[in-house]
Amino acid sequence: MPPLLFYLFALITLGFGFLVVTGRNPVTCALALAASFVGLAALFLSLDAYFIGVIQILVYAGAVMVLFLFIIMLLDIKTEEGKKMNLPAILSGVLLAVLLTLQIIAVVGSTELAKKTSQDTPLALVDAPGKIGKAALLPTITNDLKAGTLPDAKLIGFTLFDQYGFHLQVIGLLLLVGTIGVVVLSKRERSAP
Amino acid sequence: MITLGHYLVVSGMLFALGLAGVIARRNIIIVYMCLEMMLSAANLALVGFSRFHLVNGLPDYTAQSLVFFTITVAAAEVAVGLAIIVALFRSKQSVDVESVTKLQG
Repeated sequence: MPPLLFYLFALITLGFGFLVVTGRNPVTCALALAASFVGLAALFLSLDAYFIGVIQILVYAGAVMVLFLFIIMLLDIKTEEGKKMNLPAILSGVLLAVLLTLQIIAVVGSTELAKKTSQDTPLALVDAPGKIGKAALLPTITNDLKAGTLPDAKLIGFTLFDQYGFHLQVIGLLLLVGTIGVVVLSKRERSAP
Repeated sequence: MITLGHYLVVSGMLFALGLAGVIARRNIIIVYMCLEMMLSAANLALVGFSRFHLVNGLPDYTAQSLVFFTITVAAAEVAVGLAIIVALFRSKQSVDVESVTKLQG
C-alpha cells in the first residue's frame, strides 16, 4: 500500500473517531463512527485481510450503526445543550488517552518487531500449497494459491472449522442467548393489577 | 515505508480516543459507541500482527479467527446493551450516565 493512502485512511479513522468523542449531537456521532469504521476497513484491506475488511463494513458500518441510529431516533434523544461540563472527567479522560498514546509510541519505537515492513514479510502464495498441511487437500484453496491470489475467506473458514469448531458453537450459543436476552429485556412489563 | 509500528500506533491512538470518550462523555449511547471503537482498535492490532507474522508464507489466520470472534461478540454486546439502554430510558426518561445512581450507596 502506498504510504499516502495509509496516512489518508489513518486520518479518516482517527479524525472521525475524534468527532465521535467530541460531537454534541448523537446522530452526528453515529454517522462519524460509521465513517471511522469505513476508514478502518480500508486499513484492514491494506493488510491483506479482505474478509475482515468486508465484515467490518457489513457488521459495523451496516448492522451496528443502523441499530444505534434506530435507537437514537426511537428514543428521540436531544442534543446535550447548556449542560454543565464535567471538567474532572474530561481532564482525566484526556490525560489517560495522552499517557496511553505516549506509552504505546514508546513501546513501539523500542521494539524490533515493529520495524517490519511488508517487503520484509512478502506473501509466498505459489509455494504455500506444499506447506499448509490439511488445507492443501481442498482444491479450491490450492487452485487460488497457485493462481497467485489469496483465498483468505476460505483459509479463515478452514481455520475456524478445523481448529475452533467448539469455539464457533459457543459463539453461536452466545448469539442465541443474546437474542433471547434482547427479547426479555425489551418486553414491556405488565403493571400489577 | 509503512511498518507494523505505524499500524500499532494508529490502533493505540484509536483505543486511547475511545477510552477518553468512555471516561469523559455522559451520554450512555456515545459511551457505547466509544466502546465499539476500542474493540475495533484491538482488532486492528490483531490484524496487523497477523499480516506481519507469516506462517508458511501466509498471514497468521489464528489471529484473524480471533478477530472474527471479537466482531461477533461485539455485535451481540451492542444488541443487548442497546436493549438495556431502552429499558433504562423507559424508567428514567434520560440517557445520562449520572441519572443512574441507585447502586451508588
